[in-house]
Amino acid sequence: MSEKTMVEAIRECMRQEMEANDKVVVIGEDVGKLGGVFRATDGLQAQFGDQRVVDMPLAEGVIIGSGIGLAISGLRPIIELQFLGFGHQAFHQIGQQVARLRFRSQGRHSLPLVIRSPYGGGVRTPELHSDAFEAYYTHTPGLKVIAPASAYDAKGLLAEAIASDDPVLFLEPLKGYRLVKDEVPDERYRIPLGKLRVMREGTDVTLIAWSAASVMVNQAAEELAAQGISAEVLDLRSLTPLDIDGIAASVAKTGRVAVIQEAPLTGGFASEIIATIQEECFYSLQAPILRITAPDTPYPLGGVEDYFVPDAARVVAEVSALMSESA
Amino acid sequence: MLAQDGTLTGAPVMNDEQVLEALRLMILTRTFDEKATAMQRQGRFGTFSSVRGQEASVVGCSFALDPEKDWLAPQYRELPALLRHGYPMENFALYFMGNPRGGAIPENVNMLPLQISLAAQIPQATGVAWGLKLQGSDGVVVTFFGDGASSEGDVHESMNLAGVTKAPVIFFLQNNGWAISTPRKNQTAARSFAERALGYGIYGVTVDGNDLLAVHQVTAEAVARARAGEGATLIESVTYRTGAHNTADDPSRYIDQAELDEWVKKDPIERVENYLRAKGVWTDETAQAMRDDCAAEIDAAMTKARAVPLAGPEALFDHVYVDPPQRMTAQRQSWIERTAGA
Repeated sequence: MSEKTMVEAIRECMRQEMEANDKVVVIGEDVGKLGGVFRATDGLQAQFGDQRVVDMPLAEGVIIGSGIGLAISGLRPIIELQFLGFGHQAFHQIGQQVARLRFRSQGRHSLPLVIRSPYGGGVRTPELHSDAFEAYYTHTPGLKVIAPASAYDAKGLLAEAIASDDPVLFLEPLKGYRLVKDEVPDERYRIPLGKLRVMREGTDVTLIAWSAASVMVNQAAEELAAQGISAEVLDLRSLTPLDIDGIAASVAKTGRVAVIQEAPLTGGFASEIIATIQEECFYSLQAPILRITAPDTPYPLGGVEDYFVPDAARVVAEVSALMSESA
Repeated sequence: MLAQDGTLTGAPVMNDEQVLEALRLMILTRTFDEKATAMQRQGRFGTFSSVRGQEASVVGCSFALDPEKDWLAPQYRELPALLRHGYPMENFALYFMGNPRGGAIPENVNMLPLQISLAAQIPQATGVAWGLKLQGSDGVVVTFFGDGASSEGDVHESMNLAGVTKAPVIFFLQNNGWAISTPRKNQTAARSFAERALGYGIYGVTVDGNDLLAVHQVTAEAVARARAGEGATLIESVTYRTGAHNTADDPSRYIDQAELDEWVKKDPIERVENYLRAKGVWTDETAQAMRDDCAAEIDAAMTKARAVPLAGPEALFDHVYVDPPQRMTAQRQSWIERTAGA
């Protein structure tokens, strides 16, 4: 056990899984000598060679599409999509092929592959790098969508994703790669997909988030505590499968909910959670459910992104207002 | 290699026995197309695309493969290649009757599903080929597509990757003149499709797609190169779609009748029959016997397909995941219960 950043935990996971299974390969843009633009694959090509850690031509469609073929041929590819913003160039391969090939072949071709992709905002990237596009993929049956917020979860969930015979989109908060640091076992371990983590226990209100937003919301919960509001923070970790029982248990306890997402409001995954809550535990609610999201506008250039991405001050203000209105 | 009158102008790579076997497959699928089209008109078969006119192209290619270790990544117009690889005819029929069970690919058949999203199978084919090579197999992969699909970005990306990785993949481009109603000249200003290979560092060749022996020979050469580690080949098979795009299409709105008439004269089946007739191994009697035999095989497959019960609501859920989310499992149960109560 030692303290590791999220990117270190992810790298250690891939190294250990590649050591344990020579069918595991890594493909992506700049994953070789450079070690990936965030260094997630640093040192892997030196250890495993350029046939298992492959720098791909700059073409996201064939990076994903050939990854499907590698999986069918018997390998277990980990595909690094350099930024989720570039996923649009490969969306036809992900949405219609990765997610459906098992279904279309009536079970003949399972796809044991993982698409790892940094995503989310807050680090002043160039244009088109920072969007939180998770809802496109949660709306795509056949995929599993994982979005950890801690280094410990990133390592354990990635190991589980690599072991999974279903295709997994593994979303890594680019803001959290180096900022997030926690205790991570040195040995291999797995965390099951589909279980949320109670980041902080509370009794007055449930705050639901995932990925980088969970870290921000947890800070907001500290400030709310200082105002005498006891907030329970749920870090979903897994969007598909969704831990419906875990959400319902918390809502039954608190009776008030805010869902926080980095993405624009309309059609976002927060809406899905809110619809689920009203189906599962409407009568536990003491107040309307609050959505704290970006506006329905394109992700802006870095100089103004702080207006766009929800922050802790906004969460504190809106949750305080919810509490006083529903007291 | 084969003139339309059956005259041989080269050394054939297929012996008479193989040519007869190939001819049977060509006649089998021509007959299938006719029967299935008739059934579609009666509402007993779904919308599907026939291989009419392109039989030599698909069969000549397919006979150069070893189904034991080579893979197919089809589009949807290559029934003869699927059959030779071992995909059951009744599954093909079921698929186009709308029964999901038709999509099932038997465990020992090395094939990707039929692909409706044009060109999407090509990156996958390249990946399978590359993966076989990485794991020390000498299997090769053939992927079929047309002059229309050749305009898709996936084609460019795949040929480029195949060049870099020397993946043992054969890009079998059937230039059949049409993408539904859009003629070949609207797809590209290039003189040929095969010349693109140069830009990717892979082999490229053009072949008369209505010449069974020529198609077989260029494909066999491409397979040999791929097995020897020399990488990919783009084969442009020049042929013609003498039928409609599919059973919902009306070619009379756009087809050039004079051009069609010229191509009908180059019928690939007649050409092989002329060749075998000149060799004395094909007569009117053997031709009729083979056509009767093919018709019986198709009737048996159609009967088998019709005997498969229509799938229930569980077909919506089966095979989506190895380990399905709890929510989907609950939906499956509720769909089954609701349907049973209806």
